[in-house]
Amino acid sequence: MQSVSIRDLTLKFGALEVLKSLSLDIEDGEFLVLLGPSGCGKSTLLNCIAGLLDISDGQIFIKGRNVTWEEPKDRGIGMVFQSYALYPQMTVKGNLSFGLKTAKVPKDEIDRKVARAAEVLQIEALLDRKPSQLSGGQRQRVAIGRALVRDVDVFLFDEPLSNLDAKLRSELRVEIKRLHHRLKNTMIYVTHDQIEALTLADRIAIMRNGIIQQLASPNEIYNRPVNLYVAGFMGSPGMNFMEGTLTGGGPDGGPQLRFGSTSIPLDRYPFAADARPEKVIFGIRPEHVSCGPAAADEPFSADVEIEVVEPMGADTLVWAILDGKEFRFRVDGHSDLDEGDHVRIGFDPARASIFDAGTELRL
Amino acid sequence: MADVQTLNTVAVGTDPVTDRISGPRGAKPRPKLSRRNIFIYGTLIVVAAYYLVPLYVMVVTSLKGMPEIRLGNIFAPPVDITFEPWVKAWATACTGLNCDGLSRGFWNSVQITVPSVIFSIAVASVNGYALSNWRFKGADTFFTILIVGAFIPYQVMIYPIVILLREIGLYGTLWGLVIVHSIFGMPILTLLFRNYFSSVPEELFKAARVDGAGFWRIYFVIMLPMALPIFVVAIIIQITGVWNDFLFGVIYTKPDTYPMTVQLNNIVNSVQGVKEYNVNMAATILTGLVPLFVYFVSGKLFVRGIAAGAVKG
Repeated sequence: MQSVSIRDLTLKFGALEVLKSLSLDIEDGEFLVLLGPSGCGKSTLLNCIAGLLDISDGQIFIKGRNVTWEEPKDRGIGMVFQSYALYPQMTVKGNLSFGLKTAKVPKDEIDRKVARAAEVLQIEALLDRKPSQLSGGQRQRVAIGRALVRDVDVFLFDEPLSNLDAKLRSELRVEIKRLHHRLKNTMIYVTHDQIEALTLADRIAIMRNGIIQQLASPNEIYNRPVNLYVAGFMGSPGMNFMEGTLTGGGPDGGPQLRFGSTSIPLDRYPFAADARPEKVIFGIRPEHVSCGPAAADEPFSADVEIEVVEPMGADTLVWAILDGKEFRFRVDGHSDLDEGDHVRIGFDPARASIFDAGTELRL
Repeated sequence: MADVQTLNTVAVGTDPVTDRISGPRGAKPRPKLSRRNIFIYGTLIVVAAYYLVPLYVMVVTSLKGMPEIRLGNIFAPPVDITFEPWVKAWATACTGLNCDGLSRGFWNSVQITVPSVIFSIAVASVNGYALSNWRFKGADTFFTILIVGAFIPYQVMIYPIVILLREIGLYGTLWGLVIVHSIFGMPILTLLFRNYFSSVPEELFKAARVDGAGFWRIYFVIMLPMALPIFVVAIIIQITGVWNDFLFGVIYTKPDTYPMTVQLNNIVNSVQGVKEYNVNMAATILTGLVPLFVYFVSGKLFVRGIAAGAVKG
């Protein structure tokens, strides 16, 4: 059953179309992450689902009910904001119970629900404190609790971890994931952080200029991006891109990619589209490249000259030159590669992504 | 072994340890009588004197009897302290036919100021809240009109308002003046509240809406408690503005309902008989006491309010 369903949602601010006829179905209990750079419309979409923004066209269904014209409180949603948005003059308990009091829930029931939420989020000891006496992580827990007490169908998270420092962020990320396992609510989570997206999501929707570029599992998005934009957006460091021409006459008579004096055999590449344009862009992730003795076993290998070595602890990022083009690859942290070295690298073209240079779509 | 060698060289050489002890340490000393201090405190003293000397003259004059004033030495402290002028200014000074001093004007002013302040701030705060948070259709136009209103000279509107008040039967009454003050206070107060509410994070407002609170519940439960500092500012502006007003008071009221300022003017400017400087001074101080009191009491609250808001919640 679909938990949230969006049909042809359009939002205009004057002449500016922020969301363009966007449709999206979210399954019951799914954790969906809306991912994209700032200004792509992801937070706007979340605000539309919450009912905080009036839409220009389209429909929104939550649990099969058309909520397009409903007030936020009647949509069965709870929302967690980046700045926590706790009411500063109320205690934690006051913050948690405000929504219930507004809904005129009986007092003993409020107490029961607040106690349960506090237990789930381990903030029982903080109930009588004011938000100003809490740390960032505690404040965000209270903010989540505010959605929790109201027994909502759908949780909406608007970049909830962006204001936290790196360590707290990874802790709370795990906690949100744990919460999702426990509650099994539908959750829609907006972020610009791909690590959050990859770790939390059942599915990721990558957005750009008000349009969803790709909606798929993290694995699919990472390994089989549908277009050049998604390929370039996901992954850090990003994918290596090489412009080249697609020709026949490879080693086994199959297709091959030529750029400069290099040719990469593509007979193992799983082409998804029938089109065979001449100009293509070939992309391979730095972590799919092997180096040293292992490289010789790969279907494609070549010699590169190393320009810069960036040790990053667990692994090392190497910037090299492949046939006159910049080429990055990842080796493990113990590697003793040095600037100026010549090494052999190799990869399996089956793990690459090839895009039509004209349409930028995956082939 | 190399370590010992190094230690020795250092020890024999310049003796850095003594250097470290004898060198500058801790807070940099600042001379008390530096040019900078003389300039700053000098300016402060001059400015303070500029404002305090007239007040001093007023206070001492109001405590003297008329014979002493005729000596002409306005800076001399009173030889024979008398509170007679104060009593006269408050209770028996004559303006026209009324001989009950400023007391009548005082109560009139109270009756004008209290409702004007309450009414205008109540309306303006809701205006500002609606304008900054609810962004209803035409909000910008409404706000522009309101602000333009603040720039139109009062003189232009005096006569139309006279007619308006006459038509609704409030001309010459205290309530007529209350309405006038509330209207004229509206633009600046609305601007004040709108800007303040705009500085409240929008997400707080969104969170309250998701929690199911409506227009009034968000206003009273969420926004109002956070807006106390700006309420204090608005109260100061309105009380002093309304209390000190002379123009509207003299135009829209009758002798029976004159506010204190108008009555003060009539006492001071009365042309019959001797000029009773001591009574005039006492009357002026009495009239100025209310704004003075407001500044002293709320000034402290005001600063505290700002300081409390400065620590991010």
